[in-house]
Amino acid sequence: MAKPKLALYWAASCGGCDVAVLDIEVKILDVAAFFDIVFWPCATDFKYKDVEAMPDKSITLCLFNGSIRNSENEKLAKLLRAKSVVLVAFGSCAQEGCIPALANLTTKEAIFKTVYLDTPSTHNPDKIFPQPVTKVKEGDLEIPVFWEKVKSLDQVVDVDYYIPGCPPQSTQVAAVIEAVIDILKNGKPLPPKGTILGAGDKTCCDECPRTRKEKKVKQFYRLHEILINPDECLLDQGIVCMGPATRSGCGALCVKANVPCRGCYGAPPNVHDQGLKMLSAISSVIDAQEPDEIDKIINTIADPTGTFYRFSMAHSTLKIADL
Amino acid sequence: MAFEPRIVAFFCNWCTYTGADLAGVSRLKSPANIRIIRTMCSGRVDPSFIMKAFELGADGVLIGGCHPGDCHYAEGNYKALRRVHLLKKMMRSFGIDEKRLRLEWISASEGDVYQHVATEFTQTIRSLGPLNWKQHVDQKSSSEQAVVV
Amino acid sequence: MVTVKIDEIEVQVQEDTPILKAAEKAGIWIPTMCHSELFEPYGVCRLCSVEVIRGKRSRIVTACNYPVREGLTIQTNSAKIQWIRKIIMELMLSRWPNVKVVKETAEKLGIKESRFPSLERDEAEDACILCGRCVNVCREVVQAEILAFAYRGIKREVVLPFGEQSDKCIVCGACALVCPTGHIKMVIEDYKGKKPEFTLGPKTSIYVPTMQGIPRVPVIDAESCIHFKTGGCETCAKVCEPHAINYDMKEEVVEIDAGQILLTTGYDIFDGSKMAQFGYGMLDNVYSSLEFELMLNSTGPTGGKVQLKNGKAPRAVGILHCIGSRDHEHHPYCSRVCCMYALKFAHLVHDRTEAAIYQFYIDMRAFGKGYEEFYSRLLDEGITMIRGKAAEVVESTWSKNGDGSLLIRCEDTLIGKFREVPVDMVILCNAMEPQKDVDAIRRVFSISKSPDGFFLERHPKLDPTSTMSDGIYIAGCAQGPKDIPDTVAQASSAAAHILSYISKGEVEIDPVRAWIDEKYCSGCRICNSLCPYTAIDFIEDKKISIVNDVLCKGCGTCVAACPASAITGKGFSDAQILAELEGLLEI
Repeated sequence: MAKPKLALYWAASCGGCDVAVLDIEVKILDVAAFFDIVFWPCATDFKYKDVEAMPDKSITLCLFNGSIRNSENEKLAKLLRAKSVVLVAFGSCAQEGCIPALANLTTKEAIFKTVYLDTPSTHNPDKIFPQPVTKVKEGDLEIPVFWEKVKSLDQVVDVDYYIPGCPPQSTQVAAVIEAVIDILKNGKPLPPKGTILGAGDKTCCDECPRTRKEKKVKQFYRLHEILINPDECLLDQGIVCMGPATRSGCGALCVKANVPCRGCYGAPPNVHDQGLKMLSAISSVIDAQEPDEIDKIINTIADPTGTFYRFSMAHSTLKIADL
Repeated sequence: MAFEPRIVAFFCNWCTYTGADLAGVSRLKSPANIRIIRTMCSGRVDPSFIMKAFELGADGVLIGGCHPGDCHYAEGNYKALRRVHLLKKMMRSFGIDEKRLRLEWISASEGDVYQHVATEFTQTIRSLGPLNWKQHVDQKSSSEQAVVV
Repeated sequence: MVTVKIDEIEVQVQEDTPILKAAEKAGIWIPTMCHSELFEPYGVCRLCSVEVIRGKRSRIVTACNYPVREGLTIQTNSAKIQWIRKIIMELMLSRWPNVKVVKETAEKLGIKESRFPSLERDEAEDACILCGRCVNVCREVVQAEILAFAYRGIKREVVLPFGEQSDKCIVCGACALVCPTGHIKMVIEDYKGKKPEFTLGPKTSIYVPTMQGIPRVPVIDAESCIHFKTGGCETCAKVCEPHAINYDMKEEVVEIDAGQILLTTGYDIFDGSKMAQFGYGMLDNVYSSLEFELMLNSTGPTGGKVQLKNGKAPRAVGILHCIGSRDHEHHPYCSRVCCMYALKFAHLVHDRTEAAIYQFYIDMRAFGKGYEEFYSRLLDEGITMIRGKAAEVVESTWSKNGDGSLLIRCEDTLIGKFREVPVDMVILCNAMEPQKDVDAIRRVFSISKSPDGFFLERHPKLDPTSTMSDGIYIAGCAQGPKDIPDTVAQASSAAAHILSYISKGEVEIDPVRAWIDEKYCSGCRICNSLCPYTAIDFIEDKKISIVNDVLCKGCGTCVAACPASAITGKGFSDAQILAELEGLLEI
């Protein structure tokens, strides 16, 4: 019997997700033994045309990480969707946009201006911007088109499962892969479509060892502004911790390292919009009644939008800004 | 056809909803643009509802609660106040004019205040023009789609 | 019981009763001078001397303090007694020839003049006759022990300690009350106290606040009561036969479990002094409606007599309508009851005095059953009705004789002329306004007020006695100005509402409650501090929060705040509200 085929792809992301796959340590050998890895640009040399040549639905499992930033990302998403039986949005970028999607708060023009003109290390007196098509004497040179907005994978193609995290915890990755192997080997039924794999149903607080009190916040602090008590809930201390509005599964890694949860595991099961839910929760525990005082406290939250939507901007209720 | 704003209002059961009712009973004419959702308390209004309203095509959102100190539930209205303050800040970064969201204290007896606020807010939204969030999103997505193919 | 014979009349009395009391029972008068029911018999003036005969022996004793025994025979008017009384009275007459009570008693005893000269003759009409009543009342009743006798013999006199005003004196006036000659007078030297609430207020420390009130029981004003100052007196307790007076009662906060509450906190009257043009609080004989009502009351301070401050009957009375009501500077609403009570005032003033009566009105609103008929009757009684709100009340300058005549200026809109009407009494029909503490009260009960400041009903037409808070009802002027029939009707309605729930035996409560799904709660405790009813408890060992169904009132604040959406607001769930939103914005 032929081995099940495995594909991994890296779209608009930092690459951490690919590293997270390798982080499963010796289990990677099981993966290599069980699967026939047909596409993994980061690790092995395949060409897009190899994938294009495959028959539809010939890839058993595709772990797709990275968001959809440009035409290349989108093209590959569509291609891999067509060729794969099971397409998994792997990691926060593919799941809900992650850090790249924060670019949705601005415009393509503004990003280009920053990157190609304004950054101090840039010297571009002719104001040359990347062009999708450049004519040279050998013919046309094409580079991917930079999209206006960043999208999550499921905003471009149909996604079967999600594995959240930035990057997904390698223990969770290992567990998922083990489960997949188990399913394939023993012919077990697949979980329902849309299931979030490798994560819990509660929030980060469930895994957080800190002691929590009733919350009333008079001032919010950034990390460098306060000496953090390692045993006490960070939110109680006035640090914006996304833990309460973030799905469990990571084992509360960040908070155990005395750093607030940033929310990479995405919204908990019943929450549609992680950012707005966090906003509602945070503003509820502000300890002030007078508008001026409220504003004063709110102003101690640095960049609320970016903080609350750090990972879930592509999935925010208001998907695209700039109107 | 002239632009008629679509305004979603979240009114608390005890004060503003009753106040709006009073405006009706008192035959005070107020704009039909306001589409009211009753909640028990303005503190029930989740920012998600507000943003969902914008997403679904509302041009403005009005929240009505009891006057400070008068809340039927002691201080639910203060929670609404704090959420609205933070949400407005977020709306700015999303590029939505914060004037499209308004929080007003209208008591059960202030039918005239309701009339005034409703009229004024409708006028504000009318002058701001349509938000058309959904169409914008769809349009942008489809225009990009065309490039890919 | 013992039987004694007084002047041949047999009378049965309790043993040890003083002869004076027994004689009283027998209908026999014995003259007294130092005696008072307020304190123990003193027996110094000897005027009540009687002859007690036991067998063959007879004795002269004082009737006020001699206790009767079985078989006593008493002579109150024997020749011996007459001789003693004559001597005593003549001695008194010689010293205090002009004191009324001395002269009167002497006259009663048939004594015209004294045969004795006196070294200390005092011609004053209000001379001190050294009866000691003031000393006794101060010691025994008031227990202040300020007044006392000093010196002996003809030098004897009643003095204050060291002849000076004492701090211990509580200025109760009991000494002046018992003084038979008027030698002790209460003089108000410098009236710096605050103005009493009603200038026509109660005059005693124990009084019935409202004669028509239920229960009609007297109250003690602890601030002026002697007992609460010195611990003495207790006269009221002594005379109260059912022993209903209890000085130990204290103001206390009583907690009562109640399922339903009817708020009938009533109204305040508009403070007339806010409208200086009418002179209330500045000019004499300008009364608020409530003060005048008190004056009309037959149990009130004037016994129902309509009179000016100087005690004379008024010659012309002006009744000014709409003071503070129907006035955009104060209360825009109509107080509803004033037109009719103004007519009642007019009727009673007409009934009790000869005064001319003027009513200054904007519109007459005689809207109730029998009201218009009453109005017509008043017109027949000759009341002058002037259509036009009074502009001001001033002291009339031509009235130099200090009789306090007033002038009401107004525009008579029926004849189209300005008028000045001279009167000597003005009655203001003050607006009814919400109680001063209306906001504090309604916050306790979570109810609203209408623009006029009165409590807001659930529906002005269909449910005027319920409020938006279940189980809280309102009636009477707490809901808005109204007269007695309307108040009774409303109170009955509210009572019926309440009884209907009581007879049902159970109440339905809204199923609107918050509920936490344990599966999704991670115990972040954000909701804990939000709940105004402390209905959310944090379970330490499970590390989750739960909602107490009974305490939760269903406001939904925690639902909106729960960052994990683990809390569902039953009846107002996210899904329900979002579905509403979608429906609303479909078109």
